[in-house]
Amino acid sequence: MSKRIEVIGLSCYYGQYRAVADVTMTIEPKAVTALIGPSGCGKSTFLRSLNRLHEVVPGARIEGQVLLDDYDIYGSDVDAVMLRRSVGMVFQRPNPFPTMSIFDNVAAGLKLTRQKGKDLSDVVEQALVGAHLWDEVKDRLKKPAVALSGGQQQRLCIARAIAVEPEVLLMDEPCSALDPISTLAIEDLMAELKDRYTIVIVTHNMQQASRVSEMTGFFSLAAAGEPGKLVEFDATSKVFSTPTHKRTEDYITGRVG
Amino acid sequence: MAAPGSVLASRRVRRFESFRAITAAAALITLVLLLAVAIFLVVKAIPALRADTASFLTAKGWQPDSTPPVFGVAALAFGTLLSSALALAMAVPVAVGVAVFIVEYAPKRIASWLGYAVDLLAAVPSVVFGLWGVVFLIPRMTGFQHWLATRFGWFPLFADPDGQTATASRSIFVAAVVLAIMVLPIVAAISREVLRQVDPALKEAALALGATQWEMVRMAVLAPSRAGIAGGVMLGLGRALGETIAVALVLGTSFAINWHVLTPGGNTIAANIANYFAEAGPTGRSALIASGLVLFAMTLFVNTVARTVIYRGAVRRGGDR
Amino acid sequence: MTATTHSAHLATDGVHVWKIRGRRAVVNRLAAFAMYLAMGVALVPLIAVLWYTVGRGLSRFSLNFLTHSMAGVGPLDRNGGAYHAILGTVEQVLLASLMAVPLGLLVAIYLNEYGSRTMAAIVRLLVDVMTGIPSIVAGLFVFAFWVLALHKGFSGFAGSMALAVLMLPVVVRSAEEMLRLVPSAFREAAYALGIAKWRTILSIVLPTASTGITTGVMLAVARVTGETAPLLLTVFGNQYINGNPFHGAQSGLPLLIFQQASSAYPASVDRAWAAAFTLILIVVVLYVGARLLTRRDALNQR
Repeated sequence: MSKRIEVIGLSCYYGQYRAVADVTMTIEPKAVTALIGPSGCGKSTFLRSLNRLHEVVPGARIEGQVLLDDYDIYGSDVDAVMLRRSVGMVFQRPNPFPTMSIFDNVAAGLKLTRQKGKDLSDVVEQALVGAHLWDEVKDRLKKPAVALSGGQQQRLCIARAIAVEPEVLLMDEPCSALDPISTLAIEDLMAELKDRYTIVIVTHNMQQASRVSEMTGFFSLAAAGEPGKLVEFDATSKVFSTPTHKRTEDYITGRVG
Repeated sequence: MAAPGSVLASRRVRRFESFRAITAAAALITLVLLLAVAIFLVVKAIPALRADTASFLTAKGWQPDSTPPVFGVAALAFGTLLSSALALAMAVPVAVGVAVFIVEYAPKRIASWLGYAVDLLAAVPSVVFGLWGVVFLIPRMTGFQHWLATRFGWFPLFADPDGQTATASRSIFVAAVVLAIMVLPIVAAISREVLRQVDPALKEAALALGATQWEMVRMAVLAPSRAGIAGGVMLGLGRALGETIAVALVLGTSFAINWHVLTPGGNTIAANIANYFAEAGPTGRSALIASGLVLFAMTLFVNTVARTVIYRGAVRRGGDR
Repeated sequence: MTATTHSAHLATDGVHVWKIRGRRAVVNRLAAFAMYLAMGVALVPLIAVLWYTVGRGLSRFSLNFLTHSMAGVGPLDRNGGAYHAILGTVEQVLLASLMAVPLGLLVAIYLNEYGSRTMAAIVRLLVDVMTGIPSIVAGLFVFAFWVLALHKGFSGFAGSMALAVLMLPVVVRSAEEMLRLVPSAFREAAYALGIAKWRTILSIVLPTASTGITTGVMLAVARVTGETAPLLLTVFGNQYINGNPFHGAQSGLPLLIFQQASSAYPASVDRAWAAAFTLILIVVVLYVGARLLTRRDALNQR
């Protein structure tokens, strides 16, 4: 089910301003790929170009290629709306729909394409099980989603994302708004999820990156105003012990913020 | 002897206290004013009510200066409610559509200008709308109303049993159209504020699930804004109920309980006051005041509900203008 | 995972095709179209009313119109002007502002700076109630109170009282919002320097909020300038010029329009249009002025 993503010479622009320059990497299936680097170096922009979510900003565009299992997601016949069913996303702050119940939140994506009247409870249950949330909420599926704690809400958002059965799961600093216990719970969840999905996670927390990922990419800026570049992309163990580039090493060891 | 510092301090304190007292007095005056409005209206309405208490609420007809005086607010209240309801039915979908358009669909550069344009509609005085309604709208509506009556006459509101729509068009429907135009900017402006305060993270969540723009708007923008928009609708209703001049000009001086909105006739409390005021005798004036009280009660109720709904909704006061 | 769940993006030969299902795309297009349509529908009456008023009013609008009253002019006569009405409106609105603005400002200051929790809540609630008073009810009140009970008869001043009742809650609300927007840091800095609270309010808080408050006042003035209903019951109308707002019936622009528009004669209706044009001119100038002022507001957080 999970797919390989190949990024070839990708640059992300907001109008004339180039935010990310010339990224080339291969994201392997059934693995977690972590993207680390200081603030403002384009990690999130790059992540959003993988499900074309950056396009909601007027004037945003890319150059280069992104292939999902050899298929160009920026091809002329591709509708971004449908692409996002294959490439799901979880955000920094948990954002369940406030007017919906837990059940309705998980089913939200499904309701968009399912035929009317189909029974969604099985799929919802599967998704909640997959997100390690089922046991905690199975008795109150119809209660409002906003009544859950922060960690629970984020797992709910993960359940919502995997309910539509994507192939790739993008996670933009999913734990930065959570307490340490919830963070660990989600990291455990990621270890399980990677068997079914290709996972790409942007994180500020280097320890987290070294804990959960197989591959790590380090983004950095040469100077203020310059576009972000992928400085190094290698196996996590190598990046964190014997990085090839000095800038990587400076960041890892905390010499540079 | 007191030290100089404390003399200064006490003088400052006195000044502070007096300014504070002045502002408190202002607040008190406002309270008194509101009470005065209520009291004087009730006091002056009583003579009429005493002359005809039994049927004030239900009688049909308005001859308060005749003997015996016959006047009832029923037809007027009915006309008020019917014309306002019709106006809202026409205005609210458009107003919400306008709000959604300005916040979600319009190109950013012209979005605020479009907002100003819609707000300008609220600035146009109602008498001008009334004049425009009489001179411009009424002649042009005859054909349309006749068409509606013939095509959709099976719908009870649109029936035309006496065949009047062919020639006459000073109807509640036209009054409702003018009211709708006046209510639209209020509902649109409040809806815009509510929609603008929607958390953008929700919009992203919807899009990330693979929603089209419209689906995103439905799920993430309109759904959490329901309470605030409802509040705006109620405020618009309050405006429509109290509108006097435009309706007075369009409807003229008829008096009937009229379900057939396309046929001439019907009146509202406010318009009735405007039209009969000049010729009213003492009982007449008192009766008009009594009807004004009923109107005040109606708008008070609607506005209270509106404010509770809005405050319970997500519209934050201050800051996000 | 079953094959059906992939049908959204897998063609039968297994090649990925991310094409959106027909129905959803159609609904999306229709919805967008409906929004554009709503915007158009909303703009139509605005353009229609303004266009028509300018068109019909401009022809009858002239210096003569502005400088003559309706003295001795019958409904069929083609002359006559709005001078007495303009004078009346200016006097009434001026008096109303003189009453409502200082009072409203003081109440707003009380609500925002001094009032206790409960008192402020009560006053705020009552101000909200006052916002909902229909203009004709305000007129009825002044009629019941001033004209009848106190036997003072119709006058421009009575009209200005009704207008003041309508203006007051609007001034209070917008002034309160503006005062609230002044960051507490300003006040705290002043207190730390030993400046008394009343002085802080008068020389620091008010000036900072002044642009916003002026805007609010201008919008309130624009609103009451166009009010007819309260004038009907308090000012009553007058063919002749009455420069004294405290004695005797006056005319007012909206009143003049109403009276001329109710008449069946084309000459009267023409006058109504010219007067309407004059009124719209005044209101639009005030409104646009207020909007322009907002853009220069130091506290503008738009």
